[in-house]
Amino acid sequence: MNRRRAFPALPVLTLLAMLGPVAAGLWGTVLPAFGHLPAAGLTGPSLDPFRELFGWAGLPRAVLLSVTTGVIATSISLAIVMLVTAGWSGTRPFRALERLLSPLLSVPHAAAAFGLAFLIAPSGWLSRIASPGITGWDRPPDLLIVQDSWGLTMTAGLIIKEVPFLLLITLAALSQADAPRSVAISQALGYGRLTGWLKTVFPRVYAQIRPPVYVVLAYAMSVVDVAVILGPNTPPSLSVQIVKLMSDPDLAMRLEGAAGALLQLALVIGALAVWRLGEVIIARLGRRWIMTGRRGRFDPLVAQAALGLGAISALAVLLGLVVLTLWSFAGYWGFPDALPDSFTLKNWMRHGPGTLEALAETGLIAITVATVALILTIGCLEAEYRYGLTFSARTVWLLYLPLLIPQTAFLPGLQTLMLNLGAQDGRFAVMLAHLVFVLPYVFLSLADPFRAWDSRMGVIAAALRASPNGVLWRVRLPMLLRPILTALAVGVAVSVGQYLATLLVGGGRVATLTTEAVALASGGDRRAIGVYGLMQTGAALVPFALALLIPAIVWRNRKGLRHG
Amino acid sequence: MKHLAILAAIMSPLAAMADPDPADWDAVTQEANGQTVYWNAWGGSTTTNDFIAWVGDRVAEDYGVTLEHVKLTDTADAVTRVLSEKQAGENDDGAIDMIWINGANFAAMKEADLLFGPYAEQLPNWAIVDSAGKSVQTDFTVPVEGFESPWAMAQVVFVHDTEDMPNTVGSMVELLEWARENPGRFSYPQPPDFLGTTFLKQVLVDILPDPQILATPVTDATYDEVTPILWDYLDLLTPNLWRQGKAYPATGTAMFPLIADGEIDLSISFSPGAASTAIANNELPPTVRTFVLDKGTIGNASFVAIPYNSGSKAGAMVVANFLMSPEAQARAQDPEVLGYGTVLNMDALSADDRALFDALDLGVATLSPADLGVVQAEPHPSWMTRIADDWVARYGVAQ
Repeated sequence: MNRRRAFPALPVLTLLAMLGPVAAGLWGTVLPAFGHLPAAGLTGPSLDPFRELFGWAGLPRAVLLSVTTGVIATSISLAIVMLVTAGWSGTRPFRALERLLSPLLSVPHAAAAFGLAFLIAPSGWLSRIASPGITGWDRPPDLLIVQDSWGLTMTAGLIIKEVPFLLLITLAALSQADAPRSVAISQALGYGRLTGWLKTVFPRVYAQIRPPVYVVLAYAMSVVDVAVILGPNTPPSLSVQIVKLMSDPDLAMRLEGAAGALLQLALVIGALAVWRLGEVIIARLGRRWIMTGRRGRFDPLVAQAALGLGAISALAVLLGLVVLTLWSFAGYWGFPDALPDSFTLKNWMRHGPGTLEALAETGLIAITVATVALILTIGCLEAEYRYGLTFSARTVWLLYLPLLIPQTAFLPGLQTLMLNLGAQDGRFAVMLAHLVFVLPYVFLSLADPFRAWDSRMGVIAAALRASPNGVLWRVRLPMLLRPILTALAVGVAVSVGQYLATLLVGGGRVATLTTEAVALASGGDRRAIGVYGLMQTGAALVPFALALLIPAIVWRNRKGLRHG
Repeated sequence: MKHLAILAAIMSPLAAMADPDPADWDAVTQEANGQTVYWNAWGGSTTTNDFIAWVGDRVAEDYGVTLEHVKLTDTADAVTRVLSEKQAGENDDGAIDMIWINGANFAAMKEADLLFGPYAEQLPNWAIVDSAGKSVQTDFTVPVEGFESPWAMAQVVFVHDTEDMPNTVGSMVELLEWARENPGRFSYPQPPDFLGTTFLKQVLVDILPDPQILATPVTDATYDEVTPILWDYLDLLTPNLWRQGKAYPATGTAMFPLIADGEIDLSISFSPGAASTAIANNELPPTVRTFVLDKGTIGNASFVAIPYNSGSKAGAMVVANFLMSPEAQARAQDPEVLGYGTVLNMDALSADDRALFDALDLGVATLSPADLGVVQAEPHPSWMTRIADDWVARYGVAQ
């Protein structure tokens, strides 16, 4: 009977694993932000940390950067995805783009950012290919592209990673939006394909993808690794500044850093509120636009442009990976040669042993965390099924909550708290912190296929005297092998890509491929970055390949299960 | 004497738990066997990382010490870690056993009593260190007093690609003139990066009529007297920097790809042999050479220090001592490996050990010790903290 009780406990445990560290971390941030850090001999409350923060000359610009890069990156990637889906869903180019973008979802942000930098810098690959033939440059032009003051390159780096994410989320939502019939009817009424989709399907799809859009906004506003690699430094964005303050030898800076973290939180909340307001305004305008009855004269043009942008975004990541590969094998490679003088294995020989060590650490953390997340998720979903619990829209928001709180707001506080608790083993603490980010994605990835399982199978099995656990283990889970492995792969990819959680909570002792790669960014050794970036990408991509391969092998004689 | 023996007998169970005594080297090596040492050192340079990995192999072989390199982007991270451990009451087995450190970070840790020691002058290899001729007993004018042990000598050199910039400059004033004639062809790492602040110091030391004023702690009066000259200089230089000073390389090694790509012609390095090493690793073109200023350039020593709460102090001392061995020093000076200057006194070495150094080919771009010329002293660290802060306010948030 205790075994039965275990299931209702799992949803509680899951919520605790997701929200506990966030709440604790915020608590650990609020106290020092108001001048209370007894360990350093400082007792609050006091507003000095905020005074210090507002006294920093770079603050207005850092805040502006955080807001503009976040809002612009989210708006543009959402627009690209919506217009591409509106103009092309169900067509061959759309399926091609979808196939191109899906694997890119798992490319870690840092690797994509390095690839973009190696591509579009004045001395980047594109400039090398075009020089001196087309451009006439025999030296790179003195142009501020990477690390530009407005954060445009950083915004581009975020867009190329958020487009695949939003596209896959949209595809999932589309299946419940009854899109083909709506579009068919609107087309019968003379509307263009794109306009018809926007007027009939978009409102329903957007209502479903709203939480992940908010997640993208919160993430883009507070990202650290992409900002370190592509963002400006005079001054940096607010999140980077917070991390800098948190690692200053002067303890008083930590208070200022905590104040900055609270400001970051307020900024994200404010931006989300403004975004919500924008939704209302756009809904109003949209209704008016629908009433005008315009059929969409420019549809083909807009659709072409959107497809072009989507393709560019996919190509930027892919070519970025190609140029990382080139650098990892490059001998001497001067400007403006399109290719290195020679190819050599020397770089891999030099960095190989280091990457393997980091790979082992990365793999251990990622697989453990993803497995724990998977067990908790299955527990939750099974409890929901057995006890007829229904998850309301509000519980869905609970899932997204840890992703909506900026990382820079709660991770520094978490670090201090964990130290106080005496959590010595850096790796275990890092795993707990990763779980916060991994759990929601694993849950979201598995929930739909799990719920879509035909429960009549369970009834049949029960009629054949299978216990509820028997149904779960012998019927349901084997049938769901493919989505389960995919959810596991998603979890691994999310864990592999974690930068700040590993850096701050691990206290520098836990060296994963991501922390090593970002640490190399400051040294500027492109060959080393190439090796680490590729290893990092591989660590995130291989599990997805396995998630495709294993079900195909296990169910090679069960055609109906291969896509289940 | 009898009392002492009794006292020793009473104390011995405590002594086993207390810190190792650096003077009793046999006991230190014995205790070190089996310990794991977490060495926190900047991890942005692959050559340094490889060297540290080699040190790890050697101390494991000879002493049974396991060395783990914790790669930092900024040494201040390690200082923060020890501080937060102290706050959290972690006084016995902190995360960090050894730090590659100097300058302001050392001054901060020493002042806050976060360091174990004194130990450095009790290490066996201290006897062969050139403590008279090299600045290993003061670190940015702060007395070391045995709280850190030296392992490499650094000196500012300018790195230029002779293909694009055939002639050298002899002073900071000449450098400014050259930069105005060749805009966008020079840069320095963004302060508070270590090398970036070193460039600011180099400017000051070179353009001040009497740089001696920098050797004492900064006061408001001396600061106001000295720094306007620096800001005037930088105001003229900044618009002529790479990217007009709107972006800076993050570190010294990040300038190598800029030279290799022909984005800049001139940069600065704190390691006289680094350019030769980078040529060997395909990171710089073979036409690169180095030079120093007519009045000489700033130099200092790199140290390692042991936090007060390290759980492997004996192991850390074994590593620190190994770093000062002729074997490690000769390897570090090999331009194929690191190209760092040695801290050892050649006259104190045996003939065999000296042969290790004589056999080294310093590389095409490395100046001989004679050509490196006069070593200028580091200013007091209080200067740099203040100048770096002001630099950030003036140029770091300027855009």
